[in-house]
Amino acid sequence: MYRYDTIDHAIVRARVAQFKDQTRRYLANELTDDEFRPLRLQNGLYIQRHGPMLRIAVPYGLLSARQLRTLADVTRRYDQGVGHFTTRQNLQLNWVKLPQVPDILADLAGAEMHAIQTSGNCIRNITTDHFAGVAADEIADPRPWAELLRQWSTLHPEFAYLPRKFKVAVSGSREDRAAIQVHDLGLQVLRNGAGEIGFAVYAGGGLGRTPLLGRKLVDFLPWQHLLTYCEALVRVYNRYGRRDNAYKARIKILVKAIGSEEFARQVEEEWAHLKDGPSTLTKTEVDRVAAQFTAPDYENLASEDLCHVAHQREDKAYARWVERNVHAHRIPGYAAVTLSLKKPGAAPGDATSAQMEAAAELAERFSFGEIRVSHEQNLILADVPKSELYTVWHRAKAAGLASPTAGLLADLIACPGGDFCSLANAKSLPIAAAIHERFADLDYLHDIGELELNISGCMNSCGHHHLGAIGILGVDKNGEEWYQITLGGAQGNNASIGQVIGRSFAAADVADVVEKLIETYLARRHADETFSDTVRRIGLEPFRASVYANVTRERKIANG
Amino acid sequence: MADRLIKERRLENDAWKVVPLNAGDDPAAVRLPVGPLLVPVAVWQARKACLIACEYEHGWPLGVWLDPSDDPAAIAADIDDFTVIGVHFPKFTDGRGYSIARLLRERYGYKGELRAFGDVGRDQLFLLNRVGFDSFLIGPGRNAEDALAAFDDFPEVYQAGADLPIPLFRRRAA
Repeated sequence: MYRYDTIDHAIVRARVAQFKDQTRRYLANELTDDEFRPLRLQNGLYIQRHGPMLRIAVPYGLLSARQLRTLADVTRRYDQGVGHFTTRQNLQLNWVKLPQVPDILADLAGAEMHAIQTSGNCIRNITTDHFAGVAADEIADPRPWAELLRQWSTLHPEFAYLPRKFKVAVSGSREDRAAIQVHDLGLQVLRNGAGEIGFAVYAGGGLGRTPLLGRKLVDFLPWQHLLTYCEALVRVYNRYGRRDNAYKARIKILVKAIGSEEFARQVEEEWAHLKDGPSTLTKTEVDRVAAQFTAPDYENLASEDLCHVAHQREDKAYARWVERNVHAHRIPGYAAVTLSLKKPGAAPGDATSAQMEAAAELAERFSFGEIRVSHEQNLILADVPKSELYTVWHRAKAAGLASPTAGLLADLIACPGGDFCSLANAKSLPIAAAIHERFADLDYLHDIGELELNISGCMNSCGHHHLGAIGILGVDKNGEEWYQITLGGAQGNNASIGQVIGRSFAAADVADVVEKLIETYLARRHADETFSDTVRRIGLEPFRASVYANVTRERKIANG
Repeated sequence: MADRLIKERRLENDAWKVVPLNAGDDPAAVRLPVGPLLVPVAVWQARKACLIACEYEHGWPLGVWLDPSDDPAAIAADIDDFTVIGVHFPKFTDGRGYSIARLLRERYGYKGELRAFGDVGRDQLFLLNRVGFDSFLIGPGRNAEDALAAFDDFPEVYQAGADLPIPLFRRRAA
């Protein structure tokens, strides 16, 4: 993974010192709330219901075991011992104290970490595929490009005060696992006929109040031009994105308003002035960065491990975990493993300090000392020999990291919601808990099969509810919490935005409604058909009938 | 307390007056005070001959200022005439002025004084300086002496800017 040189260290340390001084001036009343807010947001610090929340950057979701131990330590010393991994691969601490934040940042800097641009109207953490480097369908490793973009966007002088936040995702594989089409800027790594690397460029995707899929601007942007093109694109957005209404300020609104062809033309016009300038990437620099993402020293292993096979035959619980949480690897004899951060009674994505340390130890002993955060809010060991899987499973189980439900309904994604977040209209965690409880039966979960269920506590859509096969959105109606349901969303190459099923439901009814939707799906699905494919084939009506018919009947009964 | 001017990293006295243009004002008719003036783009376009005549007659150098919605291309043809170009920041969170500054410096080759004014304080100076501003009008109630330290907030930077045309990756390799 990328290691800081003395210059990277110096920049991050300078940011810590700068923020320390900003915090000092705020606490001394030399900065007003309005002056301090954008400054603290650019360093990932929100003021939440219970106090400040600090969002720590995990660039493209990649951590060394040492960094994960630092996160565990910081979580224990400055928070209440539980951190929350987010859908953008970062870590949030919900109980920090403002005067201590500079100390936290100093500790993080010691382990080559920071909270730079994890919030605010600037270029945010760049995300990518959690199977980068090990996926069999990889065209080229996206991480060097994500790191080059991280450096380009870090403290970019021109883009600190954009109209709104700006999220970038990079995918390097055939199947898009980075959701690039719902990002402000999405980059798909490609190779042309000559084997040279370039990017398909998408812009204007996003969720929130106006969910839109990104539009393709460029079919193949040669790698040399990555930074100059991005600079031109963000400049056009900075100059012409709306600033009069925060809900209409994302780049998607600009792209939609003028059309993607016109937007692409304006970017090209701007780019014509920057193209081939000094910010054109050099092979030397790409090689310098790429050299830090080389494959670990894999051993020559047999493609199948006989003990692993035997254990699966003898131990049903292990077999179930392998079926869901162990993933194919491009190197024979290796596998990638999902360490689940989903289980009944805990908020999705939450990890205790002890769990982070357990995961760090597993990474050190069995996966070359590296770990990834997935946008599904789990941890990933990317390089585990198959012969070690049974041991890894036992240890993960002991640490509460082995729910055998990756990709199933119980692997649901949820934002922290109204329990923590001051933006939320409604709680998400009790809804997640009720669904977990309702679908506790593992056999039933496995029968249902792969199904993404996403919960957001408000229109900001941090839980990506638009992309869920079943999406649940918290809405406020006259001060009460209600939940709107969308069906048929999907991420990946065939990304689609879910459709609203109808009027919203009370919190107490959501688990019932989900159960009825699932029953309808099971009754109507063709073999191997996903939930969203069934929705596409038969439409919303059968689902609507199953949930609203009952509600009406119950009311009639209640009315006598 | 009045505004304080930081120019080339020092506190300086300011001889320039900003001519406002309120909604409904006729650019051809706004009153022009005596002395060096920063006039709105619309006033420059309407009164160019008169302003140039004043320069000859009284030796008052020429200045213009841009709002975030102004296109710097509008003054590109006259760019060498100006001693000072101002860019107004109605709110410090309105970042359009940063792009305007880079365009003035890097695209239109402006070499004179480039001044940020409005809602400008020490926490913006480092980045403003990087996009090409070399003078800053620090608003009343803000500590201009303290702000001078902001120029040294970071010992290194990744990107090219108006202050440094070569990005770090080319310097790293050198």
